[in-house]
Amino acid sequence: MTEPILSIRNLTVEIPTRHGIFKPVENVSYDIRPGEIRGVVGESGAGKSMTGNAVIGLLDPPAHISQGEIWLNGRRIDALDPEEKRRIRGKEIGMIFQDPLTSLNPLFTIGEQLVETIQLHLGFTQAQAKARALELLEAVSIPNPPERFNQYPHQFSGGMRQRVVIALALCSEPSVIVADEPTTALDVSIQAQVLDLIKKLARERQIGVILVTHDMGVIADTTEQVTVMYSGKVVESGTTDQILGAPTHEYTKSLISAVPRPHEKQYRFPQVSYGGRETVFKVEDLARNWPKTQASSSGKILSVQGLTKRFVEKSSIIPSRQTYFTAVDEVSFDIHDGEVFGIVGESGSGKSTVARMIATLLPVDGGKVMFDGKDVTRLDREGQAWYRRQIQMIFQDPFSSLNPRMKVGDIVAEPLLHHKILPRNQVEARVRELLDKVGLASDAYRKYPHEFSGGQRQRISIARALATQPRFLICDEPTSALDVSIQAQILNILKDLQEHLGLTMLFISHDLPVVRQMCDRVGVMQRGKMVEVQETEALFSAPEHPYTRELLNLMPRLAQLSD
Amino acid sequence: MSDQTMTKSPSRLRRALDSDLYYAFRTSPVAMISAFVSILLILAAVFAPLVATTNPFDPSSLNLMNGFTPPMTDNAFTGDSFIMGTDDQGRDVFSTILYGMRISLFVGVAAVLFALVLGVILGLLAGYAGGWTDTIIMRAADVQLTFPSILVAMLVFGIAKGITPVEYRDQMAIWVLILAIGLSDWVQFARVVRGATLVEKSKDYVAAARLIGRPPLAIMLRHILPNVLSPVLVIATISLALAIIAEATLSFLGVGAPPTQPSLGTLIRIGQQFLFSGEWWILFFPACTLLALALSVNLMGDWLRDALNPRLK
Repeated sequence: MTEPILSIRNLTVEIPTRHGIFKPVENVSYDIRPGEIRGVVGESGAGKSMTGNAVIGLLDPPAHISQGEIWLNGRRIDALDPEEKRRIRGKEIGMIFQDPLTSLNPLFTIGEQLVETIQLHLGFTQAQAKARALELLEAVSIPNPPERFNQYPHQFSGGMRQRVVIALALCSEPSVIVADEPTTALDVSIQAQVLDLIKKLARERQIGVILVTHDMGVIADTTEQVTVMYSGKVVESGTTDQILGAPTHEYTKSLISAVPRPHEKQYRFPQVSYGGRETVFKVEDLARNWPKTQASSSGKILSVQGLTKRFVEKSSIIPSRQTYFTAVDEVSFDIHDGEVFGIVGESGSGKSTVARMIATLLPVDGGKVMFDGKDVTRLDREGQAWYRRQIQMIFQDPFSSLNPRMKVGDIVAEPLLHHKILPRNQVEARVRELLDKVGLASDAYRKYPHEFSGGQRQRISIARALATQPRFLICDEPTSALDVSIQAQILNILKDLQEHLGLTMLFISHDLPVVRQMCDRVGVMQRGKMVEVQETEALFSAPEHPYTRELLNLMPRLAQLSD
Repeated sequence: MSDQTMTKSPSRLRRALDSDLYYAFRTSPVAMISAFVSILLILAAVFAPLVATTNPFDPSSLNLMNGFTPPMTDNAFTGDSFIMGTDDQGRDVFSTILYGMRISLFVGVAAVLFALVLGVILGLLAGYAGGWTDTIIMRAADVQLTFPSILVAMLVFGIAKGITPVEYRDQMAIWVLILAIGLSDWVQFARVVRGATLVEKSKDYVAAARLIGRPPLAIMLRHILPNVLSPVLVIATISLALAIIAEATLSFLGVGAPPTQPSLGTLIRIGQQFLFSGEWWILFFPACTLLALALSVNLMGDWLRDALNPRLK
């Protein structure tokens, strides 16, 4: 085995706070060898990024390295003064951050940014630096580098921008690259290309890569070595096959078991029990009070016909001068009573816009949404009041979907009070019951949302959605902001709801494995159009549309995963 | 932290003492001193009848022989001594300052409240409704910003004076002053609230409330308003200092509080007549009080802004 180029020895990072010393990274060690990609995986707050920042020397004060050593090419770098650290950063260690939007300066062309970085680190002349910049753009597979050289970051798509960021990281021939969630902000198809690029560069240029991610799919497809972190400590380290296939630590086991399997349908998601308290969801109890589900007259609870939404791209007073962007283009589909209908697609495909139009949060520009025989886009006051009780929605971001200034009890009580479902004096009892049923402790009633974790907030959202006893639930990426173990819990809750309460669901996601586990039928959207609607199993085994096939191909393999 | 849900909710006071805001307050000497000074001055003004040695507006307690007594000096005729001296009428400067500060603070607080209520309502409306409502309100605000606020205040004051009958003029003066300062000040509240409303409006909790079927008024008041109030609090504190100064400026120019109900600005105007004849204390003490009051309130506002927005540090 070759010598490691970077080794981290017993690294501890401390942040002094007024509540005592907090250690986001504790006693962490790992090595990177030339050409090797090491995945660092764990839940949010596990200390993965903090370790990366410590290596680059970009810890925000008051965070500091209190213990341990970092060696780069046989030189100890953790104790250098800031000026020397700055010289190493960018020159010997390259960085790729999560958001390609903010890592490039919007006021300079990408050529200027590359040339500046190259000159700074390598001391080239203008002409030499330009030649090298073009060569790098070529290396990161940007088509037509001479033309792209003079363009500004906003003229690049997200994936292209991330390539430029990679080119920037490569400027000075670094021996190590720290990539912090490099593909989290990107769509699956672009994610695959960027990861392939990182793999190729690591191999060809013998660069060691630290790949920080929370995504098991990325780990399985890209890395050779994996370090699993949990609350600041390394719980397990080894080759990717070994960790994914035969994990030894309880936490790794539970983490891996929570990953949705792409290639088979499971009945339930395995619950992760490591660390956190077991929270029980008692949906059966809830079913007792639930009104008997009325079947809709046609068997189709929701029928979307030719739904269209246009957004004004360039506004003008003269109507003929206005230009529009068609976000949703003549989309039609039906949802049957009691089924879970999934919509998948990449960002910008219009799936969330469809959901918001169905919820009548956005006005439609064409087409109809028939709910139980009534066109809900043209409801009168009374009809609207009725419709508001039939549907509810669970939002993607649990941090913005709850009013931070309202107590949890008031949040869940609001629909009950608004629709006057119960007499005022019975509301509190019902709210407490709902909170209990979604697995929250009884003191949740008097607390504010910020006192809860992402998963718990999503439970509060579910309680609020269930308060009106709706027939139809829209879930707009309900778990994409959550860690994989919490995702499993929330998805199980949604499954139970559907099963015991006979709820019909519209489930929107970009995550194919999740969709496979959750949905009975799936529609695939691309650029505002619904390209294919199929039974889930049929879609996954025999996709018809080329775009569906492409999406399925990009799905992470996860073949090594243990059961 | 998942274990937080297990602990009992502490009482409101405990929580306030444990909050980051209180911690930031305790560790900032500027905030502590300015809070101490403003609270001291405000208390002195509120309890002026108890603190003041004489009632300067009670003619029976005045002795013209006491006129122009320098501070801490025995009067040659009566033998009385005054801590800050007396003015030409023999009024105790210390007492007039206390009573004057009452008027200044009352006008300042009332004007800011008026501007706040007006600005928050209009800003909320502009941000939430959008479209034409937004355009009209914000253009009106832009137009108003092109005039210096003191000019707007003088204009309002002039018009109001023109239409009120002479016998009510002195009584109305204070209220007109409040109206004039408040009207020149609402724009910044409206702008900040509108901006914050636009941000909050796009958040999912507002969508959730619409989905429940809540009417726009309920969404604005119950959901958005509480979330846009913290910047308003900061502006209100800073505005209070500015409003006190604006009132003093107007009164100094003679278009503010009448001599029968003098504010700090009126006292400074009266005092400046005597500056060059050697009776410096009649001007000096009211001016210092105004400075201390405006500065301490302003520093409190600055500190509050930094404490509520850690990104500025």
